[in-house]
Amino acid sequence: MATSYDAIIIGGGHNGLVCAAYLAKAGRKVLVLERRHVLGGAAVTEELYPGFKYTVCSYVVSLLRPYIIRDLDLVRHGLQITPLECSYTPDVEGPGLCRWPDPHKTREEIQRYSKRDADVYPEFGRAMGRLARFAKEIIDNPAPDPASWRPSDLMQLLGLGRRFRDLGDDLGAIQFKLSTMSAVDFLDEWFESDFLKSPMSVSGIIGTMLGVRSPGTAYVLLHHYMGEIDGASRAWGFAKGGNGAVSMSIARAAQAFGAEIRTEAPVHKVLVKGNRATGVVLENGDELSARAVISSCDPRLTFLRFVGEEHLPDDFATGIKRYKFRGSSGKVNLSLDRFPEFKDRPGIGMHVMGDIAICPGLDYLERAYDEAKYGDFSSRPYMNVVFPSLLDPEMAPPGKHVASIFVQYAPYDIKEGPEHWPERREAFGDAVIDTLSHYCPTLKESILHRQVLTPWDIEQEFGLSEGNIFQGELSLEQLLFQRPTSGWARYSTPVRNLWMCGSGAHPGGGVMGAPGALAAKTLLAQGGV
Amino acid sequence: MLKPTPFHERTTALCESWKYKDWAGKVAVCTYDGHSEREYYAVRHAAGLMDASPLYKYDVFGADGAKLLSRVATRDVSRDFGVGRVTYCTWCDENGNVLDDGTISHLAPGHFRVTSSEPWQRWLERHGRRLDVRVEETTDALGCLALQGPNARAILDQCVDFDMSKMRFFRVRRTKLDGVDVWISRTGYTGDLGFEVWVAAADALRVWDALMAAGRLHGITPMGLDALDVLRIEAGYVLQGVDYFSAKSCIIEARKSTPHELGLGGAVDLERDIRFVGQEAVEAELTRGHTWALVGLDVSWPELEALYEEYSLPPHLAPAACRDAVPVFEADGRTQVGQATSHTWSPLLKKQLSLASVAPRYAVPGTKLKIEHTVEYERRTITATVVDRPFFDPERKRATPGRA
Repeated sequence: MATSYDAIIIGGGHNGLVCAAYLAKAGRKVLVLERRHVLGGAAVTEELYPGFKYTVCSYVVSLLRPYIIRDLDLVRHGLQITPLECSYTPDVEGPGLCRWPDPHKTREEIQRYSKRDADVYPEFGRAMGRLARFAKEIIDNPAPDPASWRPSDLMQLLGLGRRFRDLGDDLGAIQFKLSTMSAVDFLDEWFESDFLKSPMSVSGIIGTMLGVRSPGTAYVLLHHYMGEIDGASRAWGFAKGGNGAVSMSIARAAQAFGAEIRTEAPVHKVLVKGNRATGVVLENGDELSARAVISSCDPRLTFLRFVGEEHLPDDFATGIKRYKFRGSSGKVNLSLDRFPEFKDRPGIGMHVMGDIAICPGLDYLERAYDEAKYGDFSSRPYMNVVFPSLLDPEMAPPGKHVASIFVQYAPYDIKEGPEHWPERREAFGDAVIDTLSHYCPTLKESILHRQVLTPWDIEQEFGLSEGNIFQGELSLEQLLFQRPTSGWARYSTPVRNLWMCGSGAHPGGGVMGAPGALAAKTLLAQGGV
Repeated sequence: MLKPTPFHERTTALCESWKYKDWAGKVAVCTYDGHSEREYYAVRHAAGLMDASPLYKYDVFGADGAKLLSRVATRDVSRDFGVGRVTYCTWCDENGNVLDDGTISHLAPGHFRVTSSEPWQRWLERHGRRLDVRVEETTDALGCLALQGPNARAILDQCVDFDMSKMRFFRVRRTKLDGVDVWISRTGYTGDLGFEVWVAAADALRVWDALMAAGRLHGITPMGLDALDVLRIEAGYVLQGVDYFSAKSCIIEARKSTPHELGLGGAVDLERDIRFVGQEAVEAELTRGHTWALVGLDVSWPELEALYEEYSLPPHLAPAACRDAVPVFEADGRTQVGQATSHTWSPLLKKQLSLASVAPRYAVPGTKLKIEHTVEYERRTITATVVDRPFFDPERKRATPGRA
């Protein structure tokens, strides 16, 4: 094994791997170092109960950039994404609500709650679709720098400005509202049905310690409509083999381009000599040198643990310390002896072959947030449930199933202190199962095995500070040229030759692969490696 | 008037979209629920079940079957083509122009089966004169179900009495499926792991029901022709009547194609005892060089996006495969060098793909060409790169996991 590389990437999550693949494709000598025994970071599939495969943390793919799939030839390396069939919000009393790819069917469903909303729904989709092009421009390019006078930066800003102007007054106003309002206030301007607004509003709060009525949460709604313009008619998908298969396909692509990948190779420190990163020291004491050290870990881990505050300018260190994580979600994975049918729509139909949102009303969501504000997990949480085995039968033995349940709120800072999460873990798991049992009465007796991940577990096991799934809240003040901190949103850092390529960098998390790809492109363009 | 296939009762009961089309005079489902993409994904992820009964089928009986078929087909089936083998090939007219393409299966001693897109009873009989053969059209007597996708093998394993994992690519065998006599061949038109089940029309529904029941836990999904069109383009397969035209129906010479022009040279055996119809012409063409070459094109997505951006539009592509032929130009965008005949957005590869016929010197992979694309009623061009076919070629298509 060599000890000297063009680039060393800390962390074999999907972004680290994407960055490695692009650099290796450009002919650089690249090494990826992963602490765990398995690649993928938070995009992993693990068989924790024999025959049942859990897509342990992240569980759907929505925004994985299509250009990355093309550039890295990921399909050849095993990537297969199948779209989710439906967005289903079950109800205990009523018939629940399904939103289908078929607009006629969706219209009929919404009409049960509001005839008016059924008309408005496609209009809303069109408006958001047009705005999403604006967002796409932002996601597919390095963050604009409003303080820069460099011609290329000015051109980029001008381009964005032109796009904004092209939106027209009405859409421009919507864009402004999206950036400032709460998800609920924004949706209130369009819809009247609480039961429809509820599942629509939650995309604004995923991974944040905010409620659906907190200002600024409207913006992330836009991401929901982005897939539409990538040439796919349906944005949300499930990767065959779980999200671990996404990571593995990227890893295979990286290796095919010549990158070297080591697992169970935890990094101890980034070597810094005279404000210049020169390599890394592994926990086993091995020293490896590189022209560039690129961290796919979050900013706290990267700068405060691997680099050390002593190597950082004061204002930068302060910025990183202020950067908010505030993990607010947990994950429950289940092995099931049989499919736990839903009370309002029994049977295994297309309605359960998508994502299932447990959020029967806006007050329900706000109450869930209330508990979290004061340091408790929600006793009746918002949940997003997917049964991967229905979409990919190989995830479980024939006739058996796995469930992937995203749960919010589970605040990292519980009132006992985050280190006490292990004592609350099973109670949290019970709250999740109890809540879901209202909708699936036979759930409890069908459970063979359960895995409960609290934000504490996510931090300990996956190295995501405070268990934040996006490596830092996706709140407006931490996006764009502010991610992770003002002046350092373009993957470079105050330590020369040290770069960032994880979700803590622009444009953020969501299994997009964008930070990894944009970091690699920036490095190559600036001769960083 | 269109006629039903042996599976009509089942397929029409499930077809909620009311979208059908005429396939060789039979009623064929385009898409079951109006969203062919779902059916497409079923084949790539689980399994799709398609009624392929309208294919023309000819059973050739008699001691000289191999002789007859070797006279007709570009493949020599008189040698190294034992019972249980299947081959894909073309057949040509006297001038070496392709009449049709299809499969030949060696079912039993003295028994072959030919599939095709057009009727060839008379052609086969004409070349079988003075031979010990009998050609029987079995188009209506046999139903055919294509079971395609990664789970196809696991589904069949539950219904048949032998180990499907031992069955090799392009092999056929007789077996019982739910007690019914069937032929199963490891063939298909999707470029994925897959099988085709051939059954007497009277037993057809029973086979459908058995496969649907066995497939329930394996994600089996009835699939129509719209999805098939996307799948076959990804697999790089040409379609008669779209990517080329049978020489018998062409009014002008320019419309005809030779096997090599279609990229099917691999399906032509020249070293043989029995010469095939048109062989001389095919050999002459090899010395002379052919006029066209079939290629795969990868249409530049960034350019497509930029083009639509000029009109302040998001990229818009038909959600299904498209068969409107468009001109293909040299990189300068002016000199026409061919035509693209089939197009599709590949949901898996996230690419816009075309099959095209171009002058051979432009057929080298990596060559940049321009393809016509109409936006807002205006004809424009965008870059398309010549790439290898198949566009999608998973290992499982050919793999035989049960082979010792």
